Parts: sequence; C-alpha cells; structure tokens
Amino acid sequence: MANTIPNKERMKMPRQPMPERHAHARARSFEEVNLGYDLDLVALEALRCLACAKPACTSGCPVGVKVKDFVDLIIAGDYLGAAAKIREDNALPAITGRVCPQEDQCEGGCIMSKRADSLAIGHLERFIADYERASGKVGIPTIAPRTGKKVAIVGSGPAGLSAAGDLVQKGHQVRVFEALHELGGVLVYGIPEFRLPKEIVKQDIDVLRAMGVEFETNVVVGKSVTLDELMGEEGYDAVFVATGAGLPQFLSIPGESLNGVYSANEFLTRINLMRAYRFPEYDEPVYDCRDKDVVVVGAGNTAMDSVRTALRLGARSATLVYRRGEEEMPARKEEIKHAKEEGVIFRMLTNPVEMVGTEKGWLTGVRCVDMELGEPDESGRRKPIPVAGSEFVIDASVAIIAAGTGANPLVQSTTPDLATNKKNYIVADPESLRTSKRGVFAGGDIVTGGATVILAMGAGRKAAKSIHEYVTTMTW
Amino acid sequence: MFPIVEARVLGPNVKEFEIAAPRVARKHQAGQFIILRIYDRGERIPLTIKSADRERGTITIVVQAIGKTTSLLNELGKGDSILDVVGPLGKPSEIEKFGTVVVIGGGVGTAIALPTAAALRDAGNHVIAILGARNKGLVILENDIRAASHETFIMTDDGSYGEKGLVTDKLRELIASRGVDFVLAIGPIPMMRAVAECTRPQSIRTVVSLNSIMVDGTGMCGGCRVMIGNSSKFACVDGPEFDAHEVDFKVLMQRNEMYKESEQKAMADFRLNGGEEVKRVRGACANG
Repeated sequence: MANTIPNKERMKMPRQPMPERHAHARARSFEEVNLGYDLDLVALEALRCLACAKPACTSGCPVGVKVKDFVDLIIAGDYLGAAAKIREDNALPAITGRVCPQEDQCEGGCIMSKRADSLAIGHLERFIADYERASGKVGIPTIAPRTGKKVAIVGSGPAGLSAAGDLVQKGHQVRVFEALHELGGVLVYGIPEFRLPKEIVKQDIDVLRAMGVEFETNVVVGKSVTLDELMGEEGYDAVFVATGAGLPQFLSIPGESLNGVYSANEFLTRINLMRAYRFPEYDEPVYDCRDKDVVVVGAGNTAMDSVRTALRLGARSATLVYRRGEEEMPARKEEIKHAKEEGVIFRMLTNPVEMVGTEKGWLTGVRCVDMELGEPDESGRRKPIPVAGSEFVIDASVAIIAAGTGANPLVQSTTPDLATNKKNYIVADPESLRTSKRGVFAGGDIVTGGATVILAMGAGRKAAKSIHEYVTTMTW
Repeated sequence: MFPIVEARVLGPNVKEFEIAAPRVARKHQAGQFIILRIYDRGERIPLTIKSADRERGTITIVVQAIGKTTSLLNELGKGDSILDVVGPLGKPSEIEKFGTVVVIGGGVGTAIALPTAAALRDAGNHVIAILGARNKGLVILENDIRAASHETFIMTDDGSYGEKGLVTDKLRELIASRGVDFVLAIGPIPMMRAVAECTRPQSIRTVVSLNSIMVDGTGMCGGCRVMIGNSSKFACVDGPEFDAHEVDFKVLMQRNEMYKESEQKAMADFRLNGGEEVKRVRGACANG
C-alpha cells in the first residue's frame, strides 16, 4: 500500500502526540514515562511523511538512518521490514527512539518543521523497535565471512556498541571491554529507568551478542590491561577507545565535602546501576531523600534526570538551579516539559556560591546568588553576571552537581604515546578517528567531551568504517 | 565469576581469601585494591590486595566482617565464587630507598601494609614493623610481617601480647632513639591521624592509605573524594595512598558516616535473615 493522500492534505494532518503516564502517577514511580504509540497512532503518523526527494531527516541523523524508506515500510504494514531497514544503520533503535534529541537532528531537518510540526520520527522508530522486540523476530543482519582480524573496543557505551555492531558484520572478531559489572555504559549507569528501561538496553546488547560480539566486564583498560598489551600479547589488530567522559566536575565552591553533596554521576550510578532506590532489597544505599529538600545544579539532560530521580525517591521538594535562563538550558524540551509537569521547581538565573551545613558535616542548604544576563560570551549565549547583595539560601539535605564532566584519564595515563589535548581528551582525526598511536582509534565523549548518545553512536560507526579500512590494508 | 580457591580464618571475624582473578593478579603492585560485588543485588566495595600470585592467577585479600557485605563475604569459603572482581585499581605505593622506614599496621591494616613493607625491604630499606591490636587474639599475620621486615614490634592495648601501649608510643621511641626516614601507617582513621601528628613536628615523610566510600573505583563518581591540602582528590584514582600530613582526617571521618543508618539497617536485617541470604548466594555459586 502506498500513500495516496495528497501532500497538501498530509501537511494538515496533526502530529500524533506520544501517550504518557500521567504526571501525578509517574512522579513517584520509576516506570517509563512515555508509553509508546499503538498501531493506530503509528499508521496515522506515518502517513504524514511527505517522502521528500532529498530527505533532510537522513542527512540530519548522525548515523544516517534511512527514514523515508522505513516509513514507507510502515505504511505498507511491514513493521519487521521497517525494523531491518533501521538496523542497517542503527544497532540500538529502541534506545535512540527514546533518548535521541530528534528535534535537533532528523526531525529538525524534516521539511514539515518549517510550517507545521515535524514528522514524529523518534516515536515511529521507537514503535518499530519495540514491535520487533515483542515479536521475538529480531532480524540479525548478514555477517561477512571471518577475516581473521581482531578488534578490541574499550567501553560498552553507545559509541562502543555501535562500532561493535558494524565491525562484527564485516567479519572481524570483536571484543568489548567494560570497566563496570554491567554492559551499556551511560545507558545503564546514567540514564534512568523511567526514560530508558534497562531491559531494553540488555536486549539490544543480546542482539549484538547473537551477532558474534564478545563482551568482557570488570576490565579497566589502563589498569587491568594496557593498550600495548591488548595489541601485543592479546593479539588485537586495532583498538577503539570509547571510554566516555566519565570524570565528574564539581563547582569548586566551599562545602562540597559535606555529606549530602553528590556528583550527578554518583547519584545516578547508585540509583541506575546499583538500584539503590530498592534498598534494602539491593545492598547499595543512597541518601534517604524521603520528605527532604533536594537541589540540583545544572541544566542539561543529566540535571533533568537527577532532579526527576530525586522526586521519585520521595523528595519533598526538588529544585533545579541554573545560572542562565530557561532559553539557554541545554536539556531537551521534552525533558524540561516532563520535569515541570512532575513538579520540579525551576530557579533560573540562580548560581550556587556555597554549600552550607551542620557542625557535624551534613548539608542543610545551598547558598545562591541571583544572576542577570549580560553580553554574549564565547558560546554565543548571554553571560550571566551575579547581582550584588542578592545572596540567599535554599534549604536542602541533598545537593546534586550536574555541571558537566571531564575526560576520564585512566587509558591516557598508561598510554604515554597517545596524544591528548589540554583538557586531557584524546586527540583523534575528525574523519578517520585515528589517534597518534598506530592501530588506536578513539571516538565519542572521550574525544568530543560530553555530548549525546546518538553522536557517540555516529562516532562509533565512523570508527568502524575506518578500522575496517585499516585492518584490511594494515596501512596507517 | 571469580572462584575462591582458598579461604582461612586469621582471627575473630577476620578471614583471608585467595581468589582466581588472572587479570588482576598479572598487573597487581603493592598498595593497589580491587572492587568486588558478591552477588547480583550486592554493593560494590573496595578491598586492598594483600598479595598476588601471577602463576596461579590469584590474588589474596583479608576481610574483616564489619557491615553486611563483609559479613556475607566471610560466610563464603573455598569452592564458592564472587560475581564481580575488578582491578587492580588505584596508584601503587611509591617505593624508594628512604633508609630506615617504619611500617605500622592497625588491625586488618596489617594485611594492606604487608606487600608495601616487603617492597620497601626489597628496595634496600631497613624495615621496622609495628603491629597494633586491642588484644592478643586480634593480632593477625604476625609471621608474614616478620618475614617482610627486619624488626617487628607488637603493641596491644591491654598488654596481653607484645608491649602494652599504642603504636604511636613505639613510633615516638623509635624516632627518638634511631631516627626514622619514612613511615607508612595503615589502619583505623584515629590511628592514622595519631601517627600523622606524631611525625609532623620533624616532618618525617608519612603515608597513609585511605578507605573512603567508593562505587565504581575508576574516578567516575567522585564519591570517594577526600581533602588533601586544600584540594579535593579522588581516593580511587589519585590514591589510595596520600601524604598523611596533608590529609583532612576530619572530613574523611565525616564522609565515612554518610550511610551509617543504612549500614546499620542492612546489618540488623542480615543478623536476622542472613542465613537464607548466604544459602542463596552459595547456591548461585554452585549453579555457575
């Protein structure tokens, strides 16, 4: 069945909203917020696609998903075909369908976004991935004959998984090393259950395993084994370093050692990876937030995840503090909307200057100062300036710092011939992702600094292409 | 899975485990630690490595049962397995030829100090060991530490073994009588702080190993941060050993209180229902 609706009519069809769990019901629950399209919504939404000759959705996608083609398959009712089409370019569709900033990528490119609402590509992708998983008929892509080449991937986050999927399809032997006990990197320690159920991550990884990717957890490359040892006695022909930006940044203000002050990384890792929200069923504890006031500092997706998690732990109040205005917040619009609906208090133009606490070292509040916006700074955003004499304290037993991350130094520190920049990120050629060290490639947050899941996946694909070329020719 | 290949009791609530962990064994250097998780609902805890046998592919740790996880661990034995073991983590001890060095071990700190004592001896230092314990029954690894050092003194609070007094009493005596070039102290925080105060007046280089609360152990979460001088450092990647005269012990003690209530609750539950839990964990080991 082809789409027979004239383009003019398609433009008039409204974008189908994502069904959500009600704000009151979900604000205290770790169950997924977005419920997903049903068959009717999918059929209606797919018909809105204008099937452009030069689809800007695909060029806007960091991994180049062939949107028009998979939407055509949806219209034809071939959902498993649509899933296979997505998998040609994207190894983790159930994940990207949930956490990609589509509004800046595929949907940002959608021609309809100029005049009406863009096609809901993310929602369609998510439906297809979920449909495929529920059907139990996940299509395993064709695997090329064995090449005899071995590739090691350091880190099982989105960059590493995406590279692993592409490389194993080329017939290479691929082994992914993970420092933690669970696979998925930021997908399991960072992104909360209510946005990305861990079961989905596990199932996408199981597909990679079925494709032949080997995984080894509990290996800290740089400590348990060095890059030189991987390429020496362990016999790998190439290594892809995709360790992410796992080094939390604190604010360097007084009082950050007080009990109750967390980095977002620690708070989220305790909850997501260690399931501390189910203490004492699980052994790892987290500060008991019930009926306490929680302040989160920052304005990105990690800050949103932290503040919404605090609410779900039973916080009396959960306040987001940001030194710029709401317009400047880097978080996705959907996350901001969800946080507001759930009751998060937004205090914009507010900057923390001190963590205050008791004699015994327990946090009682965050001293802040009002800010006003001045001239644009180097980022193009208006620079926040403190308002003299405006200091005040927000009561808080817990404060979570989500002010960005830096480069985790473990691989670099034991690999002296691996060039890094002054912030200690690994230097890699933007196209080939080759580093200064022969056979070593790097990509994702460890090269770019903290970015998004899909950009890391894009880097993973690029690395896979480049590594394939290298191990095939063995010329550097 | 990381099988326990040997286990033996060293003292009341103190047990030594030899665990098959070939990657850790191959790379271990004195002063480094592992993080382990016993079972699928377990927490991650850091434990310093006592020794490693590269050929057997094993590491040895010494565990004092204090909270739930260490109590559960100490219920396990040869033939059981630990679900996750990762390492070696942290920076190795700095081994140099200092001259006369004093290695102080308090309680299970003795096990942690042992490999560094041996490395200091091998580097040509004259190694004097001081072991501290409340009473005779709590002195562990005496023979090991005697083998790793040139002289060994044992101090007990009640005088039931060795000499009666504190490790710092003996340290002061040694500083006065022969001069000491370097001190390593590993044990309870009050002991390490007392040692730091003891060596501060003469600026004798003193190193302590810090046991702050960790999750990942790779520098990712910052939960283990400690104040060293005026800057915040991560014990997992910048340590665990630090210059004792720079450590803010007050902040360390305060931060280690963070989960006291949860720890007490978990331990109380374990006392009541621990038997079932142990059975389940051992069953999971048997099922691979």
